[in-house]
Amino acid sequence: MRNCDIVIIGGGPAGLAAAVSAYDNGCKDILILERDDILGGILNQCIHNGFGLTRFKESMTGPEYAQRFITEVKNRNIPVKLNTTVLSLTNDKIVTAINDVDGVFQVKAKAVILAMGCRERSKGALNIAGARPAGIYSAGTAQKFVNCKGWLPGKNVVILGSGDIGLIMARRMTLEGAKVHAVCEIMPHSSGLKRNIVQCLNDFDIPLYLSHTITRIDGKDRVIGVEISQVDQNRRAIKGTEKYIKCDTVLFSVGLIPENELSKGAGVELSLGTKGAVVYQNRETSLSGVFACGNVLQVHDLVDFVSEESELAGKSASDYVLNGEKIKNSIDCQAKDGVSYVLPQKIDTLKSGDVTLYFRVKGVYKNCKVVVKDGENTLLSIKKRIVAPGEMERVILKEDKIKSLSSSVQVSVEVD
Amino acid sequence: MFDVAVIGGGVVGGLLLRKLSSYNLKVCLLEKENDVAMGQSKANSGIVHAGFDAKPNSLKAKFNVLGNKMMKGVAEELGVKYSNNGSLVVAFSEEEIETLKDLKQRGEQNGVDGLEIVYGDDLFALEPNLSKTAVAGLLARTGGIICPYELTISAIGNAMDNGAELFTNFEVVKIEKGDCYTLYSSNGEQISAKVVVNCAGAGSQKIANLVGDYSFEIGLRRGEYILLDKESGNFVSRTLFFTPTKKGKGILVSPTADGNLLLGPTADEVLENVTDTTKDGLESVMVKAKQMCDKVPLYNAITSFSGVRAYSDKHDFIIEESKQNKGFILVAGIESPGLTSAPAIAEYVVDELISKLLRLNKKEDFNPIRKPDYFFSRLSIEEKNEIIKANPSYGRIICRCEQITEGEIIRALTENPKASDLDGVKRRTRAGMGRCQGGFCQPYVAEIIAKVKGVSLGEITKKGKNSTLLVGKTK
Repeated sequence: MRNCDIVIIGGGPAGLAAAVSAYDNGCKDILILERDDILGGILNQCIHNGFGLTRFKESMTGPEYAQRFITEVKNRNIPVKLNTTVLSLTNDKIVTAINDVDGVFQVKAKAVILAMGCRERSKGALNIAGARPAGIYSAGTAQKFVNCKGWLPGKNVVILGSGDIGLIMARRMTLEGAKVHAVCEIMPHSSGLKRNIVQCLNDFDIPLYLSHTITRIDGKDRVIGVEISQVDQNRRAIKGTEKYIKCDTVLFSVGLIPENELSKGAGVELSLGTKGAVVYQNRETSLSGVFACGNVLQVHDLVDFVSEESELAGKSASDYVLNGEKIKNSIDCQAKDGVSYVLPQKIDTLKSGDVTLYFRVKGVYKNCKVVVKDGENTLLSIKKRIVAPGEMERVILKEDKIKSLSSSVQVSVEVD
Repeated sequence: MFDVAVIGGGVVGGLLLRKLSSYNLKVCLLEKENDVAMGQSKANSGIVHAGFDAKPNSLKAKFNVLGNKMMKGVAEELGVKYSNNGSLVVAFSEEEIETLKDLKQRGEQNGVDGLEIVYGDDLFALEPNLSKTAVAGLLARTGGIICPYELTISAIGNAMDNGAELFTNFEVVKIEKGDCYTLYSSNGEQISAKVVVNCAGAGSQKIANLVGDYSFEIGLRRGEYILLDKESGNFVSRTLFFTPTKKGKGILVSPTADGNLLLGPTADEVLENVTDTTKDGLESVMVKAKQMCDKVPLYNAITSFSGVRAYSDKHDFIIEESKQNKGFILVAGIESPGLTSAPAIAEYVVDELISKLLRLNKKEDFNPIRKPDYFFSRLSIEEKNEIIKANPSYGRIICRCEQITEGEIIRALTENPKASDLDGVKRRTRAGMGRCQGGFCQPYVAEIIAKVKGVSLGEITKKGKNSTLLVGKTK
């Protein structure tokens, strides 16, 4: 079995940024394992623009954004194994992987960075009544067919879920000549970015039905239509509101799930809020020397923040390998009223530096305050005009505040 | 001219074909769909019943107990996943305990070994996730689980490897009776055979009517299911049944042979063989599953589906030669416990019915062994590396959820009975059956099918006919 200082599982935006950062912070013995035949991960199929606005102050396509990091990895000669799927990870950091050249092989790592990304929640998870014909795709699968394979999955489309990929695909399918008849969203608000609602739906006159869901799929060989219904506050279909829409294709954009099967296998503690690992501010998980970053940790809205988070994880892994840095004094970080999760879930008060708290709110709140407390003691209170579940929020806790934490950090939203 | 033509590529027809292929006979299977195991054999509970449920002296009781004893051996030969996990009929009241006692007695009369009624703590020691309102359970140690479509596909593949022929998309619409039987398909094809066996499941009445046999009627009952992620596969160990009441049998909560958790089925009379699920049906599965196990992890659902089961007005299996048609054998009304009974039915049909019509000579080179389509992930590292060295396509994982390799997918497309579409590959290899339900692997599987068949991606279907995945090239 070969040894390696840092094994990075996944060569998408998270793995690439983590690799570059780990290298630049001094640890040179790195191996990136990527299951696809190219680096870049899901960015390769995201040919729309809007990537990089925050980080590079310019609008790039997904492949362009990925290329920036691929070039950096290549410049450093960081080894990469493509077409390589990791089969398992153990709690003592033995990575077992497979490809068609090396066969099944094992690497013993000093540190592991989990950068596997996320997957789409499938239609199957929703228990929608009706048939199971051809023409039912997750939005990402349709995106792959259209952008990477050059084939159109359908001409008359209904989309369930207003997640960003669903919105992007509504526009993409329209540009390819398909008619998108409706985007249905079971919640009373969209789960996608505001800019995508405007640019992908409104600009193309695609109707968005809030508080609506698909209640039946019709068709034997191929989809011939769907029944949509309005839902009540408990997201249950209201009888009598059914409406039939003829279509040949249904796309599902109903949420992203961090892909943590390997993490679970290794015994990494997962968070119910994020479905990703529980981490400290340096992105170290409950397993010492195992780090996580990007969408496998928390589903981000923007890849720019994935890169930022992954650089942090890369630096931390390098510090762990070179300096044997360990967690010293841990306190919890909790989501309270109006907040669905906060990341990191734990803070080591003896680590230096500011800590950025990332969180998502549970609903749309206007003219509210984001409040961060240490027990009863208010650390921060920030006024917000509007917060929504579709946009990740962040606040910075300064180093001096971190040093003096005594109880547990709590983040909440207060509405006047 | 065939010696025997079997109509219907379900589990009964499949195992019968396999049995026939062990003799020096020219045999074929006619299937109306584009693949085998497309009817009730692809969507049932996959239970190998112990045999306490069927009425004593019925054909159901006889073949169930015999089939149960044969299943392990058949599964081993065909490389089909089978587990003798045992079953438990759960009672929630004193009155239901009385029914358990009756069932136990009935089972013993049918020749079922190892039945025992367990109470209280013993019950929860067996199944800790049972609802605390349960009071007793009839433990049947010989109960098991098997993958029904895998068994069907493997049996037919093995029969073909031994010389049997398969005709898919052959819907029998007319039968002429002369010195032999001539069967015509809806596409204008025809074959003739000395002996015909009607294993057409939901279509068996229609087929019998084609030769003027009106001796039975087929009814259809739809069962809806919810399937949970493998993460929940160990939620229960045994197959849990409700105690049958006057209102019916209720649903089951069971691990599957592939390691998922299965909830269902409902039982609704339907007029047509349509496998749509319904809102009410799926809700009733959820409600009942919660009665059985209050903590059932419904949030882990990965898909829902339904199957339509054919039953006869005789309410027992019909396994006999048609009264007015010598050489035309009826195997109809094979409802539950049909899957369990299938190996025994196949033996009976050959040994007791066909043997009276044709001379049977054992084929000396009959090979009962079939290598499974889905096998790679269960091998050791050394075994895997040996295979990859010889064939690198086994080193490329296509379906990440189920860890299925390109090698297995190519095998499913090239070995008997060849898969020809996405669902066919899925049923053989499990590619697309995991938690992402094909979200990631579907485009790759479609490309492999296109490459192996030498056609464009635009011609690939989900399940034959008009079920193409794509409508055209992008601009």
